[in-house]
Amino acid sequence: MSGAHNFASGMGGIRTAGDLVARMEIARGMKINEAKEYVAKKLGVSVVDLSDPVVMNELRKDLDIGSAYVLPGVAQGIDAKFRIAELLDIEINSVKKFEERIGRKLK
Amino acid sequence: MGKIRTRLGDGSVIELSESELQNDLENGTQDAAERGKISPLSQDELRYLAELFKRTDRGVGVDTGKEVVLSYDCGPLKIKRSYGTASKLQSLQMLERLLGADTLEMAHVDYSYKPAKQLLWMDQPIMEQALMVTIPAMFYGAMPNLGLYTQPDGPCVNPMELLPQGKIAEARASFEEMVECAANDMVIVASTMYEAGADGINFDTTGAAGDGDFLAALRATEILRHKYPDMCIEMGMAGEFIFGMHGTLTYDGVRLAGLYPREQLKLAEKAGASIFGPAINTNTNSSCPCDVARASTFIKDCVKSSNILIHGNVGMGVCGMPMQDVLPVDSVSRASKAMVEITGLDGL
Repeated sequence: MSGAHNFASGMGGIRTAGDLVARMEIARGMKINEAKEYVAKKLGVSVVDLSDPVVMNELRKDLDIGSAYVLPGVAQGIDAKFRIAELLDIEINSVKKFEERIGRKLK
Repeated sequence: MGKIRTRLGDGSVIELSESELQNDLENGTQDAAERGKISPLSQDELRYLAELFKRTDRGVGVDTGKEVVLSYDCGPLKIKRSYGTASKLQSLQMLERLLGADTLEMAHVDYSYKPAKQLLWMDQPIMEQALMVTIPAMFYGAMPNLGLYTQPDGPCVNPMELLPQGKIAEARASFEEMVECAANDMVIVASTMYEAGADGINFDTTGAAGDGDFLAALRATEILRHKYPDMCIEMGMAGEFIFGMHGTLTYDGVRLAGLYPREQLKLAEKAGASIFGPAINTNTNSSCPCDVARASTFIKDCVKSSNILIHGNVGMGVCGMPMQDVLPVDSVSRASKAMVEITGLDGL
């Protein structure tokens, strides 16, 4: 079922920019169109590009914010979230907790 | 045009003539409008739905650029119940890396807050670990599930045993005690997971045990919003209508029994929810076009009235989806597309 929804109307998660748009809904309560415009502006792409895996895979590699196709040395988890928090200018709870656990702010 | 191949709400294949399709769409939207005291879909929207169901494509999708965010209930459970041999963490990575999930949700197999509380000592470290190796926003989710608070498994006398004895006041008192227990468990679990680093909490299938179930979620939401102003709180409903199992419970002066989605949404907003997930019942004897028109009418009204995000619960047996364990792509993709393009919601 989730596969069919994803095909029909889903943004695509880390294959595209779906996780980033979801972050803006969650962090700022932005409605879908506002969230897409915000992320597109931050990434310097069009709203249509946000759901394009070819465009976004390249861009995610360049920004090192994690992607579905993992290559050696690229961000895969909390490291990607540090960059995403900075890129989108939001606070991510797990990033904040990680900084608390290691006892210092990384940026 | 020949017959239109579609399905009943139970998933079985049927064929409709063009006039039968039109009638079903009109009946669906009128039924929602009458029950919810809301506006029916416009003629343009009904024409759009008619064209959608006349298409012979196996799968359909939204126009490019109209995609929405997908949030999930009980992610790891979906793998576990298919006897997929993967841990919670592996299941979350499958959803993230293979299924393109926009958000993730960790959950325990029982998917209820009462047992989840007992397992926090096991699940909190898994949540912490999962947050280190995944990228999308992570929720923890479960159901209020008031039924688990009755004896012999829980502390409260079962109101369903008291009611046949004519003990109405005692039954209501027991319901009220169950609400307190459930709200308390929900706050404990949500607080623990948020302190562990989760981005949000999902109160899923809210209202399944009636007005008390809904009240427990509203109270827990109110407490959590005060405690954690930045926490994302998603409240997904069990059905379109709140059953009055207690009958007189209120929140902020509003009687909960009998509420339809727009009134449910307003109380969720007042309590402090960030995302509201309306669930519109599928009628298994109606056609999918009828169920989709009906669900779209309710959801469109919610989106229009909402100050918070709307993620429609478009899962098995709700929001135009057939009541089936294994769902056909033709039905899922049509319900998915209709929900997004007619209602303008923020996610599914």
